[in-house]
Amino acid sequence: MTVAVQGRARKERRDREPRPGLIARLRRSYDQHWYAWVMCAPVVLVLAALVGYPLVQGVLLTFTNANSLNVGRTIGVNHIPDTYSWVGFKNYVDLITGPDNQLVPHFVWTIVWTAVCVVLTVGTGLGLAVLLNRRIRGRAVYRMLLVLPWAVPTFVTVFSWRLLLSDGGAVDGLLGLLHLPQPSWLSDPLAMKVAAILVNTWVGFPFMMLSFLGGLQSIPNELYEAAEMDGATPWQRFTQVTLPGLRPVSSTVMLLGIIWTFNQFNVIYLLFGSGGDDSVQILVTYAYQLFFGQMPQDYAGSAAVGVICLSILVVFTGFYRRWVARNGAAA
Amino acid sequence: MSTLTTADRTVEAVPARAARRPLLRGERGRLASVGLHSLLAVFAFVAAFPVAWILYISLGAGKDDYLHPGRILGRVTLSNYDFVINHTGFGSWMLNSLIVGLGTMAVGVLISASAGYAVSRMRFPGHRQLMYTFLLTQMFPVAVLMVPLYKIMATLGLLDTYQGLILVYCTTAVPYSAWLLKGYFDTIPVEIDEAGRIDGLSPFGTFWRLIIPLAKPGLSVAAFYTFLTAWGEVAFASHFMLSADKYTLAVGIQTYISQYNSQWNYMAASAVLIALPAGVVFYLVQKHLVSGLTAGGTKG
Repeated sequence: MTVAVQGRARKERRDREPRPGLIARLRRSYDQHWYAWVMCAPVVLVLAALVGYPLVQGVLLTFTNANSLNVGRTIGVNHIPDTYSWVGFKNYVDLITGPDNQLVPHFVWTIVWTAVCVVLTVGTGLGLAVLLNRRIRGRAVYRMLLVLPWAVPTFVTVFSWRLLLSDGGAVDGLLGLLHLPQPSWLSDPLAMKVAAILVNTWVGFPFMMLSFLGGLQSIPNELYEAAEMDGATPWQRFTQVTLPGLRPVSSTVMLLGIIWTFNQFNVIYLLFGSGGDDSVQILVTYAYQLFFGQMPQDYAGSAAVGVICLSILVVFTGFYRRWVARNGAAA
Repeated sequence: MSTLTTADRTVEAVPARAARRPLLRGERGRLASVGLHSLLAVFAFVAAFPVAWILYISLGAGKDDYLHPGRILGRVTLSNYDFVINHTGFGSWMLNSLIVGLGTMAVGVLISASAGYAVSRMRFPGHRQLMYTFLLTQMFPVAVLMVPLYKIMATLGLLDTYQGLILVYCTTAVPYSAWLLKGYFDTIPVEIDEAGRIDGLSPFGTFWRLIIPLAKPGLSVAAFYTFLTAWGEVAFASHFMLSADKYTLAVGIQTYISQYNSQWNYMAASAVLIALPAGVVFYLVQKHLVSGLTAGGTKG
């Protein structure tokens, strides 16, 4: 397919790569590639200035005792200089072994949250994509409705869920009709977690569904026909043709899903605000709470939690990519 | 996971029927059809219900009507909309959000398209690292960046300006768009570029005159994504836009939960008004969504 074309072009260019001295190589490299660099420059500049630089600053901040009282700021015409000082690894040590020992429970819940949410969104998305990929009347209508959770901004839909889940709201009404227990979704710790996972699944599945739908459409029909000729059952066709055919899509989409769910700020923040039980906060919203939810605002602590999140994701991504590469090579 | 097993059950129903009358390939028994439709209908209902619900609640005048939805039926009114539009800062919030959203869309799509094209077509030193950096930026939690970013914006005089917020949103939206577009550009045959080059176009000319028009589906998905990112963002907007006349919708709406003592009906009405432009953009690009997204997904 087109991918093969791309591969060919790549190889031709690699063959041409020059091997003379350093200066000459740099010059040729510049002559050859300056277009590419110019085209990438805007993105690189924006990212370097607004992500790279703040990141370095943020990491440095975690080794200080910065909070909202000692960080430099400008009030009217008066400029107050920074007065925070270096404290080394104190923030990290405090987080892990500190008196209120907050990090570990939030960490465990974040892992559970990410795992359950990703399994549910990917499962639902894949199931629905398989259903929608058949010839069926009203497919466009179904697709339009099923994509709604993604099309409507999160803070609108999550607000709607908040009304639905509130005490005496519609969900409780429905459960009452079925004579099921009606937990208080927005204040009971366990019910809050269940509610958060369900709402996040609701918000997240359309993206997965559309991605898989596209992936399914790129699997050639001949493969299914061949499998059928060989006497494969529908289940075998699903596991032997559909799933391997989806691998290029699913490995990327799952990685993105994991990263996005791990950092899912909007759903939890908007669904519960800072009220309710504290245990439902994942690392990201917990960092935000340290940041804005208290006085004085603990900048350093919150940045430290952020750095921990980031390192977990970086390490995880490294392993994940290696795993995908190895599986891809084996297949 | 239950969807998976049910999905397969409907699939299995086909050979069961086939025993009676041979079905053509791709044909489905009546039972399987009913199962398929009812399953899809249930999910479509669950997906659409919260959206429909907020629309319905927004028509009731009382602030506790969401607890007694039956009441609204008898006295449907648009008074919430009237109040929200005429008696709050809603108009200016909407305008701010539109400026920021469209600005992010324009800037974001432009720079991510050029970067995506460069990565897709030119093997320059550093392209691999660039793609990895894009992925990496998806992992940055708001909390690490907030204070340093605030300081930089203050130094550059970008606090409380549209440009500042647009730039900040670009940092979150551009990496994914660039990834998506790179994947889409990969599906356009290289021969087209080569033909353009032979006919005397510069590399940038090839990109602008040949590839951009061909990549409309991918571009529209990227546009949709960047717009939504900016439209729905809360955390940055609420700390970088300081004066009340610069509030975006996401921020403005929060100010009136306390101000009006949690009058959910006003919230509901403004939520509907907020969802509308996003819906419009969505349906403009929706026929391209599947093809655009996949191209992005298939190439790591």
